[in-house]
Amino acid sequence: MTHDAIVIGGGLVGAAIAHGLRGQGLGTVLLDEGDIAHRASRGNFGLVWVQSKGLGAPWYQRWTRGSAGEWPGLAADLAARTGIDTALSQPGGVHLCLSEAEFDDRAERMARMQAESGNHGYDYRMIRAPELRDMLPGLGPKVVGASWTPYDGHASPLGLLQALHRAFTEAGGAYIPNAKVTAATAAPHDFRVETAAGAFAAPRIVLAAGLGNADLAPLFGLNTPVRPQRGQILVTERARSILSMPTTTIRQTGEGTIMLGDSMEEVGFDTRQSPPVMAEIARRAALSFPWVAELNVIRAWSALRVMAPDGLPIYDQSDRFPGAFTANCHSGVTLAGAHARLLAPMIAAGALDPMLAPFSAKRFDVPRAA
Amino acid sequence: MFRARPEARPATIEVLVEGTPVLVPEGASAAAAVLLAGLPAIRATPVTGSPRAPLCLMGVCFDCLAEIDGVPNRQSCMVPAAPGMRIARQHGARAARP
Repeated sequence: MTHDAIVIGGGLVGAAIAHGLRGQGLGTVLLDEGDIAHRASRGNFGLVWVQSKGLGAPWYQRWTRGSAGEWPGLAADLAARTGIDTALSQPGGVHLCLSEAEFDDRAERMARMQAESGNHGYDYRMIRAPELRDMLPGLGPKVVGASWTPYDGHASPLGLLQALHRAFTEAGGAYIPNAKVTAATAAPHDFRVETAAGAFAAPRIVLAAGLGNADLAPLFGLNTPVRPQRGQILVTERARSILSMPTTTIRQTGEGTIMLGDSMEEVGFDTRQSPPVMAEIARRAALSFPWVAELNVIRAWSALRVMAPDGLPIYDQSDRFPGAFTANCHSGVTLAGAHARLLAPMIAAGALDPMLAPFSAKRFDVPRAA
Repeated sequence: MFRARPEARPATIEVLVEGTPVLVPEGASAAAAVLLAGLPAIRATPVTGSPRAPLCLMGVCFDCLAEIDGVPNRQSCMVPAAPGMRIARQHGARAARP
């Protein structure tokens, strides 16, 4: 079947782009692998987060902040189309520091972020514990302070994924599940993929298959050297609303559960959970907010982030086969606003904006030092 | 609403469900005591406030959440009844105590 665009990958990145392409009027088919896929979109923490991203890479800082800026429009659009509340809340956010050394490191990092922000500015404050205690109830005695920016927030990742899918299909997009790509042929502006659910052809194709992109990209003259990085999350029972803003590692959802997370492990394609890491997540949470320790943990899981060698997203269009694009990142929630409302129009127009040039995988094409 | 099935064990453990004494056999759960007490609901959900009573009785549905001996949000089907146990309604989400 011929469409205007094929998007491979039905997670947050693919669904946001597919929704955006549909909004540009393109007949779009979204191919999803199936439940054997790693599904990072179903395991993530749900932050719409700006303050930690882009040190030494101001283009990433701008892209992330731009996405946070697009989020209210995306959330309103999705709510109007689907009635699904993505539980977006952007009250600002804090990164808690549990020692003077952590506080000093953080202060230096934030100062460098501000210095790198150029004309875009970067509003932040380092807040000492006494003032922080007035902002966040029940802060533990070990917390010495925090960094704060007004740009941060959070949302429901599952609500977002469901809303993107529903908005896409209700606008006439074709969602095809159990459609892992088994073969592909590429020519400039002429792509054909074979899947278990049939064959599809289009002049445009977007690779948004997460970790699957590593194998798909070479078929289209692209390079996406992404690797898995494991993160683990603990979830408590619901409690009455108590946290007015998210922290980097602790947030309270719209329904009241407290989510604890943000571990990083280099363990390959291993989605098991490990008690030492879970214990460390719980330990830091209880140091941050001792009252968390009274709550029951009712769920825990791990998921695999999609990481480039330098931790930044990769966006590219194929030189050999124009019309083939790739989108790779580990921040499918934060960047959903940008993917749906900024990246998708570029793909529809046939060229990535020069602002995305630093995200090309060409940055990895440097000779290795002997 | 509920009756105990024929039970070889005598009902010897007295617990308090919303202040009312209820006798259950040794090994019975707090949820069994709630059902025997005939309450229309043991909790109200945090989001809509709709009433809930014990349902799955095997730790999955979370409909039987109750405040047991002053501790909120406990799955009463997973808690063995003990003499003098106080089982009370859970209204909405528990409060975390800063």
